[in-house]
Amino acid sequence: MKFIDEYRDARAARKLAAAIARVTTRPWNIMEVCGGQTHAIVKFGIDELLPPQITLVHGPGCPVCVTPVELIDKAVEIAPLPGVIFCSFGDMLRVPGTNGDLLSAKARGADVRVVYSPLDALAVARANPERQVVFFAVGFETTAPANALAVAQAQREGMRNFTLLVSHVLVPPAMEAILASPSNRVQGFLAAGHVCTVMGYEEYAPIAARYRVPIVVTGFEPLDILEGVYLCVRQLEEGRVEVENPYARSVRREGNREARRLIAEVFQVVPRRWRGIGEIPQSGLGLRPAYAEFDAERRFGLAGHGVEEPSECRSGLVLQGVLKPHECPAFGTRCTPEHPLGATMVSSEGACAAYYRYRGVPVRAASS
Amino acid sequence: MCLAVPGKILTVTEGDGLTRSGRVSFGGVVREVNLAFVPEAAVGDYVMVHVGFAISRVDEQEAERIFDYLAEMEELGAAEAEPS
Ligand code: SF4
Repeated sequence: MKFIDEYRDARAARKLAAAIARVTTRPWNIMEVCGGQTHAIVKFGIDELLPPQITLVHGPGCPVCVTPVELIDKAVEIAPLPGVIFCSFGDMLRVPGTNGDLLSAKARGADVRVVYSPLDALAVARANPERQVVFFAVGFETTAPANALAVAQAQREGMRNFTLLVSHVLVPPAMEAILASPSNRVQGFLAAGHVCTVMGYEEYAPIAARYRVPIVVTGFEPLDILEGVYLCVRQLEEGRVEVENPYARSVRREGNREARRLIAEVFQVVPRRWRGIGEIPQSGLGLRPAYAEFDAERRFGLAGHGVEEPSECRSGLVLQGVLKPHECPAFGTRCTPEHPLGATMVSSEGACAAYYRYRGVPVRAASS
Repeated sequence: MCLAVPGKILTVTEGDGLTRSGRVSFGGVVREVNLAFVPEAAVGDYVMVHVGFAISRVDEQEAERIFDYLAEMEELGAAEAEPS
């Protein structure tokens, strides 16, 4: 496919890897923010092409992984209510909550449907005017325009049976939280290319300056990622701190104006809890008061729940780049994709799932 | 989750601000895509599509840049390899 295949060319990838090796003189830790990038890195073995001094640290950019347990619990509570049709992206169904997941709710008779787009959920609501249709709106900035448009459309049509269970998160506050942490080891960022497609990259300049980290807007194909690493390493080696955008085939400096306008109309910035990490101030999106009637937490009277998370899962450390998945004691033993302890083992973009799928379970050395 | 796939616009149905849509081909697989966020995109353009919404028009000139750069590197490498 055009704009995919050519960015997977093995010869070009090796050339870029060689260029990276030529400019690397010291060890560097670079975080790829987005789980889609993590997936590509592990799948294509991009980390194994890099010189040993470069460590790719996996970031928090997996919306499924960071959706807090309390929201999974609310989903599991709403789904079986009489008259409810609960629509969700497929990835969310097996994420464990306190009392099971959406898939088990479905097995017990709840009408849980997997949809590909929030517009599909809207269509389900139109077709079932006597039922309440709830869409589990998870995602980063990339998905926010789609969810905002679904709500705006529902309002325009005067629909009374469509609501969102909102778990929207924002990337730049999470990057700042990682950089501000005393355990931080990230020296440069590959910013998430599709988040930037929507939001642009102007908000990264102050972060780069404040924490002295290069930030390179990076795409998702092997050549995109290698180019991102190359530019990031060059900045690090030369002592420069800039925001660069090699993913310009999709990303404009100001992002997507129409999308940003609609996000700002429907959503407002709110504090949000991240699974395994905790609350990050101003790190999420919630519906504006003008759209409160489309808020599932209000419609079903579920606001203000809160639970602690089970402690064996170390996903918070994995998501902040402190721990690699296979360094978690439960990895591949008590925690597998069939019996996940954490969301990072469920989502196709979770680092734990990517390691399990493409790297297998390591034989632990006697010394470790 | 933030996956976005490039596809080529085959047809456009101008709706109002929210409902502009079109048929988009992903290597032969055709889907209906909302085009509200890419008012500048027309038939024949490639767009990046995420959960049924186009979030950007692919800039074909920018898309070539890395290959130009690689070719340049190659020439440079060849020049370096030549005995001076
Ligand atoms: S391997 Fe399982 S328990 Fe360990 S961090 Fe990953 S998801 Fe959590």
